[in-house]
Amino acid sequence: MSLFLFKRLITLIATLVGASVVVFLVLEILPGNAAQILMGPDASPEAVQALAAKLGIDRPPIERYWNWVSGMLVGDLGTSYAYSTPVAELVLERLALTVPLALIAMTITTVLALVAGIYAAARHNKLGDVGVMGLSQIGIAIPNFWFAILLILLFSVHLKWFSAGGFPGWDEGILQGIKSLLLPAISLAVVQSAILARITRSAVLEVLREDFVRTARAKGVSRRGTMWGHVLRNAMIPVITVMGLQFAELLAGTIVVENVFYLPGLGRLIFQSISNRDLIVVRNCVMLLATMVVVVNFVVDMLYAVIDPRVKASDI
Amino acid sequence: MSDGIDAIPVAAPPVLHAPGFWKRAFNHRSFVIGAVLSLLLALAALLSLFWTPHSPYEVDMAAKLLPPGGGHWLGTDPYGRDVVSLLLVGARASIVVGVIAVGIGLVIGTAFGLLAAARRGWVEEAIMRLSDFGFAFPAILSAIMLTAVFGAGMVNAIIAIGIYNIPTFARITRASANAVWSREFVLAARACGKGAFSITMEHVLPNIMSVLIVQATIRFAIAILAEAALSYLGLGTQPPQPSWGRMLSEAQTLMFQAPLLAVFPGVAIALAVLGLNLLGDGLRDLFDPRLARKR
Repeated sequence: MSLFLFKRLITLIATLVGASVVVFLVLEILPGNAAQILMGPDASPEAVQALAAKLGIDRPPIERYWNWVSGMLVGDLGTSYAYSTPVAELVLERLALTVPLALIAMTITTVLALVAGIYAAARHNKLGDVGVMGLSQIGIAIPNFWFAILLILLFSVHLKWFSAGGFPGWDEGILQGIKSLLLPAISLAVVQSAILARITRSAVLEVLREDFVRTARAKGVSRRGTMWGHVLRNAMIPVITVMGLQFAELLAGTIVVENVFYLPGLGRLIFQSISNRDLIVVRNCVMLLATMVVVVNFVVDMLYAVIDPRVKASDI
Repeated sequence: MSDGIDAIPVAAPPVLHAPGFWKRAFNHRSFVIGAVLSLLLALAALLSLFWTPHSPYEVDMAAKLLPPGGGHWLGTDPYGRDVVSLLLVGARASIVVGVIAVGIGLVIGTAFGLLAAARRGWVEEAIMRLSDFGFAFPAILSAIMLTAVFGAGMVNAIIAIGIYNIPTFARITRASANAVWSREFVLAARACGKGAFSITMEHVLPNIMSVLIVQATIRFAIAILAEAALSYLGLGTQPPQPSWGRMLSEAQTLMFQAPLLAVFPGVAIALAVLGLNLLGDGLRDLFDPRLARKR
């Protein structure tokens, strides 16, 4: 286990270092002189020089990269050009919305997908199975931001049950906060649960054909007991793999859905920063999202080994 | 080539002219529905090159937000442009982005995957770790980075989606190619003195073609979704070029006055993606009937 963990940790660190180099090269080196961009083409060279010195971008690239990475490790992400506020503060404030949104969406995804997938597998080739698979095929084809717009049309414009967007803040009460994240979370979850339901169904069907399932049934274990005690645990490996990838998709999806519902999360912050040419915020937000994706996949790899101890032996 | 290498039996790749393929294809429900929908998408894009009911670029404020019917089958948008014409030309943007982005992923990703399988050792390890690293940047993050630096546009969207496709194709190619490399006919080819490059081109690539075709179809659908999302956010296709994603973003501001405007482009995207996904599923079943029986 320790060798497996060690190898995965090395890969995780290498991936994060690689990602930080790419983000730095694309968002710090490629755009050229950030001071010139911020001040516009008409600014005097002296003023540009002064701003460059203030922002520290007159230093050699390697020194700037090192300053950025070492700052990140202690939570210092620099200061936003546009907001004149520490980037870490801005990001933390926005994460208080984006992370709960992604978690609520992932919870809805998991519940919907497992119920639908297991139901379809238990009724293989019957009407229920065909219905769930048909619905999931449609679910996969629907863009999440369009589904979000349809939800607004139905629940906000016609039924007036929810507001069409915005977030009152957690100070207004947890229930109020969750209520305003519900439609965005559903729009993110429906598409992802369609994918996960299909994976769950296939994985359960695969395990149902195994000899040990027949043995359990022959020993007198009930269908339900076999499903919960033997089938599901073994079917979880592909399901968890996809869940890891889906969490990454959900995080990326929040960028779009936050814009549909005008939610002040990380996605909106990135967009406002792009229009403000506030590249230091964009750089840190992109790095943060990439880190979340990589770390979630690392956790998934660790979960493999917990669910199926054979994994560490083969050391995938 | 008279060294006997030509006599090596090459495992026949599952090609479209295999006996009975089309008969099975026409009896396969997913394939037929998927093929019809995909064909409609292609025809819509093709038709828009020669004909649209009205000009998709012509602003006519007197005819703004007309309901469906009369001279405008699906009504008009807030600038008085015909929705059907916008949808037809929008199909073109989706196809262009899809084809080029999948092409980038297919060519570069497949080359890396084939190289990894042929070389093994540290080359394979390096390519696989690089592709792991590629997964850290979903298409939308790559697009955000490119847009922040170079500005929004269709080309940047294509590059971002293309880059996102590379690791997927590299992984799938490498896994499939490794399976082919372990087959006996490859061993026979090596015994006859064939080099890694000619084995890859003559034996490995034709045998993994079906996997690549299926994957390309599915990635095409994903590319259409990604292009729509990027255009919705204003990072993809730019005005005045019509695109389904931007039509939705414009419609969102008018949901109270003209809710149907937010429905048509979404239906178009969903049908296009559904068609390509069903086509991909169908092709997978037809190329490998064992999978169909398992599912």
